[in-house]
Amino acid sequence: MQTIHDTIIIDGQEIPFTKGQTIMDAALAARVYIPHLCHYPGLTPSGNCRLCTVDIGSKSVAACITPAAAGQEISNNTSALNDARKSITQMLFVEGDHICPSCEKTGNCKLQAMGYYLGMLDEHFPQFYQHREVDASHARILLDRGRCILCDLCVRASREVDKKNVFAIAGRGTEAHLIVNSSTGKLADSNIEPGDLAANICPVGAILIKEQGYQVPIGQRIYDQHTIQETGLQENSVKKNDD
Amino acid sequence: MEQSNPSPPTTRRIAIDPITRVEGHGKITLLLDADNHIQEARLHIVEFRGFEKFIQGRPYWEVPFFVQRLCGICPVSHQLAAAKAVDQLTGIRQLTPSATKLRRLLHFGQILQSHALHFFHLSSPDFLFGFGSNPAQRNIAGVLEKYPEIALKGVKLRKYGQQIIQAITGKRIHGTGTVPGGMNKPLSIAERDALLADITDILQWSQEALALNEHIHTAHPEHHHFATLPSNYLSMTGASGELEFYHGGLRARYADGNNIFDQFDYCDYQQILREEVRPWSYMKFPYLSALGIEQGWYRVGPLARINNCNMISTPLAEAARQRFKAFGQGKFVHHTLAYHWARMIEALHCAEAIDELLHDPEITGTELIAEKGQHQPQGIGVIEAPRGTLFHHYQINEEGLVTKANLMVSTTSNNQAMNESVRSVANQYLDGQEITEALLNHLEVAVRAYDPCLSCATHALGKMPLQVTLQDVNGKVIDQLTKGMSGEIHR
Repeated sequence: MQTIHDTIIIDGQEIPFTKGQTIMDAALAARVYIPHLCHYPGLTPSGNCRLCTVDIGSKSVAACITPAAAGQEISNNTSALNDARKSITQMLFVEGDHICPSCEKTGNCKLQAMGYYLGMLDEHFPQFYQHREVDASHARILLDRGRCILCDLCVRASREVDKKNVFAIAGRGTEAHLIVNSSTGKLADSNIEPGDLAANICPVGAILIKEQGYQVPIGQRIYDQHTIQETGLQENSVKKNDD
Repeated sequence: MEQSNPSPPTTRRIAIDPITRVEGHGKITLLLDADNHIQEARLHIVEFRGFEKFIQGRPYWEVPFFVQRLCGICPVSHQLAAAKAVDQLTGIRQLTPSATKLRRLLHFGQILQSHALHFFHLSSPDFLFGFGSNPAQRNIAGVLEKYPEIALKGVKLRKYGQQIIQAITGKRIHGTGTVPGGMNKPLSIAERDALLADITDILQWSQEALALNEHIHTAHPEHHHFATLPSNYLSMTGASGELEFYHGGLRARYADGNNIFDQFDYCDYQQILREEVRPWSYMKFPYLSALGIEQGWYRVGPLARINNCNMISTPLAEAARQRFKAFGQGKFVHHTLAYHWARMIEALHCAEAIDELLHDPEITGTELIAEKGQHQPQGIGVIEAPRGTLFHHYQINEEGLVTKANLMVSTTSNNQAMNESVRSVANQYLDGQEITEALLNHLEVAVRAYDPCLSCATHALGKMPLQVTLQDVNGKVIDQLTKGMSGEIHR
């Protein structure tokens, strides 16, 4: 009997997939880059950031949460989609306090790297100037909500890998914000630890290990040496803890 | 803080806006009395920054990289002053020898590039073409055209200072480098050797720049009276009273050279300095508290440092200081235009000190981080920035967030002196009621001598009195709003 390979086509390239894979999974396995910020291999996809929007025919979908289906013809690396992604990135910048020039995450920040990757030269939209609380109560970990892009990677990492449920997103629309699962709502009263994945997975500078900033010299930071496309294709899958 | 009275309502107002060839934007207003004599001169600082306010609530380790954004000319000075304060916040009293030398090298590079920028790019057109010469030519482009050798050497001197900054901080402007208790990377052998390859030229050009400035000042008696002010001087000096830019004690002297205080611990600076707020400027007016508002204003920067110090540790700069001293017949030189001469003595000292440090084996050492101690609730860092003594003072809470910041920058310290110099020149050169381009530039030459950085000097936000006046074409005040110290607004 003739073997039927399940494949999808991304920008004209035929890519195999296995049952249960999303378009993002299949693309990453084939080393095809689809821009993304809230996706991390191994964690349940959430479709939050919408950077991975691709077109299937006339329909736009988020690649990280859309199952691959045989015969899909997908547009990914097009100027129209990249323009839309740039606008999404610009909106993420203006919603928060992303002061790259002095931020300790600069050079290691995925949002900043995405801006460079997409050729973002300005923020285009007016700044929101939202007041978002800094939680420095924990002795070793800083939570600066001003930089949070609500990707919820920390939420999923804490729930699925650390098994602690330290974080959640509360509120809706522009009121959405990261909250901490503790009696006081403060990080110090949660059970997060510096070695937790949730304390280290933040793509921007919202969750940081304290007093570590600026130690890596300019020129040796991640995105001094790589594009976000390169690092995005190299991320190893984290293992969910199913205990 | 004290507030002075606003100007009398009957005076006539002449404004020069903007002032050119200074760092930032300012405005001069001359207040004339009924007889058209200069009653008062005001150097307005119309930029609005706010760093003291928006650093509040930020983690202390961000501070050096946040506040260095005050300025694109002397970010290294702000980073280093803040880094010294952060060292205190983290309980560190002593850096490793290599870290200390790297910071010093960085600072010498910073002062060299800033001084070269100021003389060659901003001030040399005044001296090479004349204060009242054709303004179309009186700029760096004109210097490049008529005196290409001088201009190119100036450009290269600045470039060399920037190369030092880039080697240590990763960028020519707004890099990183300092971390609590040290530095984040060593100087590689290759980086050191690349810098050493050009040092002979740098030493030569620094001597030529000094010779040019020394000649300009000594050969032009008219410069000796231009905007000249007997004043007090404040600077940091080393333990033996030597010229010192990075770390030392504070020395203040009267115009006659006698000590007001010496080797004063800068951590107690609030005991000796106060700041007055005036409603017409964003820039405060500091004064030596022991002498009061009227008598306590002082000057900082190259002229203060060269007047105040007992010696310079490098031979060529020390010989130059001796000539400077001899020119003043052993007394303080109060000529405002001698700032330029003093600035080039310092540039030569920087070149010599850079040469020494690059030959020091410890400059490429890799032990760069000192062990942290107990966190402290406040940290104070003071250095001699290119334009003068620079104070950074931070208080943090137990979570490590800044609760209060006070920055007293060099240009602020020279505020009263700049106003006095402007008044002096205006009285000398204003003929009738007509402002000519030449007069305008004479006034600017007086301000420019101080190398003011108006961006740095206006860093506060919040409880700042501010007066907004609306005038019609005849100069009549038709509306006025004033914001008070507590933020209340009244008409």
